[in-house]
Amino acid sequence: MPIPSSLVTLLVGMALVLSGLWVGYNVNLLPLDASANAPVYDSLFRVLFSIGTILFLGIVGLVVFSLIRFRRRSGDLTDGQAIEGNLLLELVWTAIPAIVVLFVGIYSYDIYERMGGMSSLNDHSAMHRMPALETMEASVTTADPAPEGMAPVKAPRVWGGIGTTAGEANVLPVEVTAMQFAFIFHYPEGDITSGELHVPNGRQVELRMKANDVIHAFWVPQFRLKQDVIPGQPTVLTFTPTKPGSYPIICAELCGPYHGGMRSTVVVHEPDAYDAWLQKNSPVAATVASAAGTPTA
Amino acid sequence: MTVASPNDFQESLQPQGWLRYFSFSLDHKVIGLQYLVTGFLFYFIGGALAGVIRAELTSPISDFVSRETYNEVLTLHGTVMIFLWIVPVVNGAFGNYLIPFYVGARDMAFPRLNAVAFWMIPPAGILLIGSYFITGAAQSGWTAYPPLSITTPALGQVVWIVSVLLLGGSSIFGGINFIATVLKLRRPGLKLMQLPMYCWAMLGTSILVVLSTPVLAGTLLLLSFDIVAHTGFFNPALGGNVVVYQHLFWFYSHPAVYIMVLPAFGLVSEILPIHARKPLFGYTTMVYSILAIVVLGLVVWAHHMFTSGTPPWMRLFFTIATSFIAVPTGIKFFNWLATLWGGKLALNSAMLFSCAFIVNFVFGGITGVALAQVPFDIHVHDTYFVVGHFHYIVYGGTVFVIFASVYHWYPKFTGRMLNEDLGRLHFLLTFIGFNLCFAPQHWLGLNGMPRRVAEYDPSFTTLNQISSVGALLMAVSSLPFLYNVIVSAFRGQVAGDNPWNALTPEWLTSSPPPVENWIGEAPLVQHPYGYGVDEDTLSVQAATGRDLWSGAGRR
Repeated sequence: MPIPSSLVTLLVGMALVLSGLWVGYNVNLLPLDASANAPVYDSLFRVLFSIGTILFLGIVGLVVFSLIRFRRRSGDLTDGQAIEGNLLLELVWTAIPAIVVLFVGIYSYDIYERMGGMSSLNDHSAMHRMPALETMEASVTTADPAPEGMAPVKAPRVWGGIGTTAGEANVLPVEVTAMQFAFIFHYPEGDITSGELHVPNGRQVELRMKANDVIHAFWVPQFRLKQDVIPGQPTVLTFTPTKPGSYPIICAELCGPYHGGMRSTVVVHEPDAYDAWLQKNSPVAATVASAAGTPTA
Repeated sequence: MTVASPNDFQESLQPQGWLRYFSFSLDHKVIGLQYLVTGFLFYFIGGALAGVIRAELTSPISDFVSRETYNEVLTLHGTVMIFLWIVPVVNGAFGNYLIPFYVGARDMAFPRLNAVAFWMIPPAGILLIGSYFITGAAQSGWTAYPPLSITTPALGQVVWIVSVLLLGGSSIFGGINFIATVLKLRRPGLKLMQLPMYCWAMLGTSILVVLSTPVLAGTLLLLSFDIVAHTGFFNPALGGNVVVYQHLFWFYSHPAVYIMVLPAFGLVSEILPIHARKPLFGYTTMVYSILAIVVLGLVVWAHHMFTSGTPPWMRLFFTIATSFIAVPTGIKFFNWLATLWGGKLALNSAMLFSCAFIVNFVFGGITGVALAQVPFDIHVHDTYFVVGHFHYIVYGGTVFVIFASVYHWYPKFTGRMLNEDLGRLHFLLTFIGFNLCFAPQHWLGLNGMPRRVAEYDPSFTTLNQISSVGALLMAVSSLPFLYNVIVSAFRGQVAGDNPWNALTPEWLTSSPPPVENWIGEAPLVQHPYGYGVDEDTLSVQAATGRDLWSGAGRR
């Protein structure tokens, strides 16, 4: 007895959805998740990966099936059936993708909200950070002889990256200067300048980033975070590391010949070890931040 | 209205025979083939540049070429492949060759402008390639983001700008010509909704070209002022804003993606029905989905700038707009699948390349929808994931279609068939090589390899070597293709006028077609996809334009 085609379609569809979900939740393509927002990102990735797998397998299956089942037999020079269209089918395959992308869009908006990306850093709630950034502007002298065009602006505009520190009390501020071809990290607490980023596990870090020459991008794959560092646009990026270890910091925006070599490391310490590092590296004569002078690489 | 026809020049200095392919010919078919062959020359140059990149990346240290050369090579590779290969070939080559046939005209609306548009390409290309040898090429990538493009060696960057301005001008001239031809030169009696789908694709593409390319031209002019005259439009040290450049650049360069893929969609819509022996499924929705892609394509540019410090509301808007492009694009793919369903599929090279296009493009489309989501993009922006994604779109999509189109229309261009066995070998090598080259790059990007680097984390070495092997396979795959197209031009089996038994108007004339396309009257083809219809009693080979015009053979 032939199996009805509707039943076959249903079974194939179910197998497809199950295999897509299985692949999405069992095949891991991502590096270690080492920040608070990385697991949030990974859940979005799994959803997108599952939907993508279902769609891709389905369409490839249809193409391969058609190529085999409907191939022209030798000697057959006739035409296929003259089917010019089907309104119901068109409506179905307009509506389903529309619903899927709407769902994905709303879901990713929610993820983005949870990662802190929707918080505006240009409103009044962000103003408390301004003095810190202004001192940062003043303390970092540029190698470029041209004066910083933004200098006389009273309240420099802060450009939002991912994350917000609103409501957080125990935030670790770090000033980041990106230049050809290095990242320089300066810790206002303790006045330390370092070529590596050292942070304690579990404490929120606020990177106040600026670029001296060309556009760079700060990327830590294990944190699932990337932010362009654009000359003339002081930018804030916050994250909370969750797993001790060393992870690469990578410049992701073409910045010149040594772009590929513009790498550094972020070391996530246990809080005690971080304090020890801080003690060890603090300059003995603590000076006021304004007299810090040129950072040394 | 009067149309300048090539016949007006027969008594003039216009050369005849093979020499006309090297002349300022006004014949749209000659210009189309000029575009095609020139495009392929630049494709092989761009491919050699890609070979340099892949050779450098076989080892994690910078050891094959110097770092400056590497940046020159990646800049040239991107610029050559986009502006000298894909855009001129899918628009200029096939557009010029096919559009006058499809609208029932004897030439394009502005033949002289058409020739001017083509002849802007060789000088621009020579300028661009020559800059490498004479002044040193631009080093700031094909995006030429300031301040990098202001600080890298100025001469190469200025030559790059001049070259891209010339190519953009050529593209605009072509776009104006296509719009005028499709809208104004249609044969009397031929309605817009009876045009072959490629006409609609070219109409949509040309609208994008005319709207967005001038923005790129203006932006690059301002950039050149910044470089040459030290103005401060995009120089933050002088109060300029670099993000404004990115907005203006992507206002052109995202539509440029559709300028590269919409014509490919059109070409596939011509190829599939003929080799599947079925009408194109859902003609009307296909037309509206092209128009929807044109409209949406103009308002998605900022998805290239999700990490540039754009305001949150802007990120949200561009995420939603970008995601929704998947809907009209999806409609087109489902319609092609429905066109295949129940057909009599000839498994020739044209069909195989077209089906591989569907597979590759769907993969690239899925990663594209993922990239449209801001949180997803923040991790993989500017990484090899993006490199993999856009090569699946422009190579797996458009270049596969270009190959399908060459196999499909070669009999019309030359009057001879290509060798199918060599064609299938070419397909197999290209398909395997392509996927081997670009699929691993997605994983590399997710795990921490940024794009445009000459050196990388040693743990990525194996996958990069696999990718390079894929690139080598792609290079090898062009050998059977080159042998095939060169030898078949002389020794190929004689094709006859209509070897595919097709209904679209370019097949209703001799192969190769005469000057002015038809000896007699242009045929009126109101059902370009009317395969499998009972009334199809009149042999298309025997039918004259008059028969078709009077409806003797078809309903």
